[in-house]
Amino acid sequence: MYKDSFDNEYTVICESVSKRYKKHTPFEKTDVTALKDISFKVSSGELFGIIGPDGAGKSTLFRILTTLILADEGNIRIGGRDVISEFKTIRNEIGYMPGKFSLYQDLTVEENLNVFAKVFNTTIEQNYHLIKDIYVHLEPFKKRRAGQLSGGMKQKLALCCSLIHKPKILFLDEPTTGVDPVSRKEFWDILKKLKNENISILVSTPYMDEAALCDRIALILNGEFLKIDIPTNIVNEYKHQLYSVKGKQMSKLLKDLRSLPYVRTSFAFGDSHHVTMKDSDFDINQLIKSLKQMEHEDIRINEVSASIEDCFLELIVENSLKG
Amino acid sequence: MTRSITDSNHEERETVISAQNLTKRFGSFTAVNNITFNVFKGEIFGFLGANGAGKTTAMRMLTGLSKPTSGSGIVAGFDINKQSEQIKRNIGYMSQKFALYEDLKVWENIRLYAGIYGVPEQEIEPRTIELLTNLGFENEKNTLVKSLPLGWKQKLAFSVAIFHEPKIVFLDEPTGGVDPSARRNFWEMIYDASDKGITVFVTTHYMDEAEYCNRVSVMVDGRIEALDSPNNLKEQFGVSNMDEVFHRMARKSSRKSD
Repeated sequence: MYKDSFDNEYTVICESVSKRYKKHTPFEKTDVTALKDISFKVSSGELFGIIGPDGAGKSTLFRILTTLILADEGNIRIGGRDVISEFKTIRNEIGYMPGKFSLYQDLTVEENLNVFAKVFNTTIEQNYHLIKDIYVHLEPFKKRRAGQLSGGMKQKLALCCSLIHKPKILFLDEPTTGVDPVSRKEFWDILKKLKNENISILVSTPYMDEAALCDRIALILNGEFLKIDIPTNIVNEYKHQLYSVKGKQMSKLLKDLRSLPYVRTSFAFGDSHHVTMKDSDFDINQLIKSLKQMEHEDIRINEVSASIEDCFLELIVENSLKG
Repeated sequence: MTRSITDSNHEERETVISAQNLTKRFGSFTAVNNITFNVFKGEIFGFLGANGAGKTTAMRMLTGLSKPTSGSGIVAGFDINKQSEQIKRNIGYMSQKFALYEDLKVWENIRLYAGIYGVPEQEIEPRTIELLTNLGFENEKNTLVKSLPLGWKQKLAFSVAIFHEPKIVFLDEPTGGVDPSARRNFWEMIYDASDKGITVFVTTHYMDEAEYCNRVSVMVDGRIEALDSPNNLKEQFGVSNMDEVFHRMARKSSRKSD
């Protein structure tokens, strides 16, 4: 295991990784930058989240880290081993759950698990303690073909298969996409328990509310890490006063808020709109007055603290201002 | 459950979806169990439920893709048991896997769907120009769909789904995976469609989006267990957001398949 001068153990070290794709269509040949200068480290037993929308580069990064494709530039060590010269050893030591369901649809739950155990020269019994909590949900369906399972169940089976050889590092690419809020919560509860087994977990997700459940997160957009930190630091660094604004006609309210010259940003946020002002000494009574003039009723304005989603929106705004 | 249907505020409103005791069985498994509800013109109706609760099966019946085992329904004025072809022609549909052709250009996709849905020939060109202008896509007319960013594809897919001016548009998890800013832009398009009188029937796993709906229903084990405005549901459960409502409801589930 690699240790730095402070004696920290890192299971993943990623330094200045870049990746470009050549995109050839019959009409054009272009270079697409999928990842730009990505650097980060993950400690042993850490739950590290990569948060960002589809197309941001999450899957490309996961495929590079799991030795499936090569980066154009940069150095990567996984479990202390070099991702290029020691890729075979790395593959034995990691678990990978791709974003696309990749188990054998025509095999049963039990058969799939057996295949994965055998490929890694182990048995279900040997590491049963790792998958026990998840497998109890699957057990009633162990004779069912994987293709016949519902979305949440497929996800649980895929997680079992990626754990059966007791990996040191687990790579989960969007394990909760398209999963309902209750099943998502169950899945995260399982991840928390796995941390206790000292497994490092890298997980990507487009759901901002899952960011708070990670030890540290990286926010990724257009192939770049915009920020890497613990979730509370990221929200604490939000530098604008944020107001939640409610009224009777929410749709009209949003448009009217945007038309006010002193409003900086205004985004719909569930049952209220989140608003920032251009001037930091803004007198909120002025907003109340303007909205009343625009015939809004039952206006309620509160100071609120930012969530990860507010921070992400802010980064998108800043990025678009940069051009 | 049917309280809001008889609600005096709604009496005057035109009903565009009416489901009566809709049931769908697959062998001994009842996927959708006797659901009854109405959706009104111009309403944004959120159709919520856990994976496996029966949302997709119910939606397939309402869009004319699957026949109910029992029960009846009227969608856009047509009988789901007898007039499924007319229903398909009079609704719009968009899922997370947009039905756009990646290897066709933006304008070719619009042209194709306009033809399929029988938009009169002379209207297609002016309306295509109008659509591209509204989206700010004037310069993308000849771009292949596959080279558009995801958020743009999504906007285009929605615009194409309502190009033939259907009474209802069904959206099946339309915002999965896009960035928080694109997700919000998309909901502003939904509001605009609703303002124009198009009824929006939408499923989502984002509970903040449930708040943007006029009314939501929550399916649990094939039944509609709750149907009301987000505010009334929050009040009823004594909670502050729709996420908590959803967790309370889903706890009632006994289906183990998910």
